[in-house]
Amino acid sequence: MSGHSTFDPKNPALKWFEARLPILGLAHSSFVAYPTPKNLNYWWTFGAILSMMLGVQIITGIVLVMHYTPHVDMAFNSVEHIMRDVNYGWLIRYMHANGASMFFIAVYVHIFRGVYYGSYKDPREVLWILGVVIFLLMMATGFMGYVLPWGQMSLWGAIVITNLFSAIPFVGEAVTTWLWGGFAVDNPTLNRFFSLHYLLPFMIAGVVGLHVWALHVSGQNNPTGVEVKSSSDTVPFTPYATVKDAFGMVCFLIFFAWFLFYVPNYLGHADNYIPANPLSTPAHIVPEWYFLPFYAILRAIPDKLGGVIAMFAAIVVLFFLPWLDTSKVRSARYRPLYRQFFWVLLAVCLGLGYIGAMPPEGWYIVIGRLLTAYYFLHFLVILPLLGFIEKPLPLPASITEAVLAKNGAAKPAVGA
Amino acid sequence: MATPSVVEPTRRDFLYIATGAVAAVGGAAAVWPFIAQMNPDASTLALASTDVNIGAIAEGSAITIKWRGKPVFIRHRTPKEIEDAKAVPMADLIDQDARNPNLTGDNTQATDAHRAAEGKENWIIMIGTCTHLGCVPIGQSGNFGGWFCPCHGSHYDTAGRIRQGPAPENLHIPPYQFTNDTTIRIG
Repeated sequence: MSGHSTFDPKNPALKWFEARLPILGLAHSSFVAYPTPKNLNYWWTFGAILSMMLGVQIITGIVLVMHYTPHVDMAFNSVEHIMRDVNYGWLIRYMHANGASMFFIAVYVHIFRGVYYGSYKDPREVLWILGVVIFLLMMATGFMGYVLPWGQMSLWGAIVITNLFSAIPFVGEAVTTWLWGGFAVDNPTLNRFFSLHYLLPFMIAGVVGLHVWALHVSGQNNPTGVEVKSSSDTVPFTPYATVKDAFGMVCFLIFFAWFLFYVPNYLGHADNYIPANPLSTPAHIVPEWYFLPFYAILRAIPDKLGGVIAMFAAIVVLFFLPWLDTSKVRSARYRPLYRQFFWVLLAVCLGLGYIGAMPPEGWYIVIGRLLTAYYFLHFLVILPLLGFIEKPLPLPASITEAVLAKNGAAKPAVGA
Repeated sequence: MATPSVVEPTRRDFLYIATGAVAAVGGAAAVWPFIAQMNPDASTLALASTDVNIGAIAEGSAITIKWRGKPVFIRHRTPKEIEDAKAVPMADLIDQDARNPNLTGDNTQATDAHRAAEGKENWIIMIGTCTHLGCVPIGQSGNFGGWFCPCHGSHYDTAGRIRQGPAPENLHIPPYQFTNDTTIRIG
């Protein structure tokens, strides 16, 4: 998207069109001629996988809307109607419901890849921030989508999450009444969630456009974290990255298909097949799995406003990550201490997810608090200090040198 | 032509600012209906009051009715529950406000008398929404024999006062009145 296009059509009709709207040249320079670092590994295919999942969600979602009724008296039955009566309705709904989970699995891999290889550092801060914005939009979309089937988990999830805003001092109650359009989560709430659930994916698509734009301005990071220095460090996007991304997408689709056809309800909750009842809370309510770490942080703080602040702070801290990490070295490959703290952070996030799924009692509360404290300690204390304490390993002079050193070292091993 | 050393505001500067100000007010006025439409509509506001017959509720039992989309607990308390609630010193309470809009007068301390129906201390009528994040607490459970919220572990006593857990306030009491001995009007 930056620089002069090398696209040079021979066909006179294309030439005529290109002179008037150079969109083919834009596509060519972005996805064909675009130079990608030659050492990208499979963790870099998750960007393409995420684009694919956004497409899957938008297409299946538009189809589901053709059969769904956003009204408290009819929503639950209309979803059952999709499952039982609509041609291939079961397939399309399971694709959409499991697709949301797959989308979050892919985004978490994508985020942790960026964290491991330092992809958020200068000059990619805006690229990273746009990514966090997409993550927030995904969370809002996922939450509102889960409300639409109007089962027990839909309703009580909506009640608990919207009540988070009642913790705001002075105006909390007015804000929740405004969000609900009433004195409780009811039909007006379902209607507006439906409207916004349809809108937000297109906003995500827009921010993804900005994300890709920013990516193509700064160029991709790579496993060494060393910037591209010459054309020998890169290969053209097509066919190299295109084919690698396509292979990654196919492998991910196999994983998706396994959930879709063998355990389509594994990631959901049985309680959501009970119609919503505003007079009875299920004994154990938990959000969708992808919110569990944040839910654990919310519950770790024994104060309503404090819990809500901590939960939002857990996401807000990600916006500041490019400045909290003081190390000049990007990739964890050359950061012996950071590499260990990375795996601890990953374990802590998984631990928080586990605690979020457990009832708030006994040891679960204590462990939840310790993990929450560590999560913030990692970003606010460990990362800033590590840049000063850690002695990084020597960096390769270029990507080419790193690639040759690796392959050169492998050769004698084969002969031996 | 000499350049003035101090730039005086001109009539054109005034026009820019005045035009900008009118545009800002106009923009805000145009946004207002789009924000206000999300507040409760006339039909939601019209569901204001509900009459409930409580004659059939035996001592030690309770019913839950729906008012404005929310559950309302109506409990016929046992003498033991009343004694338990009365025995709690004010200093033990997390929230010392009765959260009772039916109280007249300046004293709104969360005593049992201020929580129960006026002059009918065996009746307690409360909105059954946990003041933490809005789940419906379960009756006759928890560490204080009152209500327990399963979502995040808030314990309420037999007068619906928060005693332990993340909820910040006592269970709220809706506006209500006894229209006769066996009927209450909520709202």
